[in-house]
Amino acid sequence: MEKTKKISGTKLYRRYLSIHVRSVMQYKASFWMTTVGQFLTSLNMLLGVYFMFRRFGSVKGYTFSEVLLCSSIMLMEYSLGECIARGFDTFPAMVRKGGFDRVMTRPRSAVLQVLGSNIELTRVGRMAMAVVMFVYGISHSGVHWNVGRVVTVIFMLIGGTALFCGIFLIYAALCFYTLDGLEFMNILTDGAREYGKYPVNLYGKRMLQFCTFAVPYALVQYYPLTYLIGRSDNLFTMFLPLLATVFLIPCYLLWRVGLRHYQSSGS
Amino acid sequence: MIVMKNICKTYKVARRNAGFKEAARSFFRRETETVTALDHVSFTIHDGETVGYIGPNGAGKSTTVKILSGILTPDSGECLVDGRVPWKNRIRHVAQIGVVFGQRSQLWWDVPVIDSFELLRDIYSIPSDTYRANLDEMTELLGLSEILRTPTRQLSLGQRMRCELAASLLHSPKILFLDEPTIGLDAVSKIAVREFIVKRNHAHGTTVILTTHDMQDIEAITRRIILIGKGKILLDGGLDELRRGGEDIDHTVAELYRSYEI
Repeated sequence: MEKTKKISGTKLYRRYLSIHVRSVMQYKASFWMTTVGQFLTSLNMLLGVYFMFRRFGSVKGYTFSEVLLCSSIMLMEYSLGECIARGFDTFPAMVRKGGFDRVMTRPRSAVLQVLGSNIELTRVGRMAMAVVMFVYGISHSGVHWNVGRVVTVIFMLIGGTALFCGIFLIYAALCFYTLDGLEFMNILTDGAREYGKYPVNLYGKRMLQFCTFAVPYALVQYYPLTYLIGRSDNLFTMFLPLLATVFLIPCYLLWRVGLRHYQSSGS
Repeated sequence: MIVMKNICKTYKVARRNAGFKEAARSFFRRETETVTALDHVSFTIHDGETVGYIGPNGAGKSTTVKILSGILTPDSGECLVDGRVPWKNRIRHVAQIGVVFGQRSQLWWDVPVIDSFELLRDIYSIPSDTYRANLDEMTELLGLSEILRTPTRQLSLGQRMRCELAASLLHSPKILFLDEPTIGLDAVSKIAVREFIVKRNHAHGTTVILTTHDMQDIEAITRRIILIGKGKILLDGGLDELRRGGEDIDHTVAELYRSYEI
């Protein structure tokens, strides 16, 4: 047993993903309805921005298509984060139902197993809306695309997805203490998605500081955006989104502390 | 070999009186009470033994199983399972044990049982020949060939429990923990489950630790009984010694509970 090689974490994750795809295919109608629902709900975001601009023309010097670019990237990051880290989002239920005891009795890392426990494929609906907004934003914003800018978008997606995964991880870690979900954490997830429609410098200097040093939204949104739409030539801002992935470290440490504190729930 | 020495475990339990006013009060100032789940629990179990771990509800059975399977960390005491401390080397430890919780499923709900088994093969990194051999053996002994391709959600409880047993043995664990494996099963399924556990123990020398309220389970499967009440080990001995000439097992145990006032 111990001589055999362990299959790698990424390979195992793919196996979990495959189980989820197979499960989803059992409920075709439900999957499509939820996906379409997600798509339409996200339409809200587009309409919100649209009416704002129809009323005011421009917001703090940003044009409609520039803001659309910003909000669509944020929405993609959020959808990806939610799709991947849905297991952390639904973690309170897992702890209460005792499913986490089962995780503990299996010889793989708890994080990997919790991630694998729930992969939310219906989020492709939201993702699709984000792509529609993104394409519109690109075609109307007059951004000159070069390798640097394409890479910046990719970095933003990586950093932003990691950031949202980190927040979901904190949410799950706190649940070790409360054994229940904490709704106030939604400010950092759903709230960020809503307010993140606009570049965060719009909300004032204090907010920008908070979003730079505390929960680094600005690193995946405002700073790289200025480079993307040609407001800054500073190449450094291009790499800031990658710095946001560092946020995962304190999140993981908090999880580790919580795990040690775990008290399983009844029998 | 399993060695437990002076294991203690306490929980904090929130307490309040009935009523809305009391609920509101406890919202601001919670009164908690410390409940002792395990109080200096010690025992030794050798390889290949079959042990019935019995006691009334809330006696500490599940807590013991959870400590032995690496889920919970005790407050104090020592515990070694084949030389490993369960909560310190969790991953290395749980690769060598199997756990069945009668009340909870470990199979994936919406996919056929065989898909769950294959995912478990990947989780435990079971070599393909071991997996094949175990699967074939259990398919035959538990009569699974008909149900392997059915989604878990459409199995009857008896069918599901047979699959649960198979799932927890695919990686050939040396120790098997069974937490109420026959709860809610009909007579035929109960007997099938019991016979299978006995066969597995004989054929592979798997150590079996069984918690149950069903004394027929104990009689059919185990040779030794550990009785726990209010977190303390009250009795540890052979099943035959307990019974005085021809008395049936339910009465023997009821008599025991009464004599220890648990």
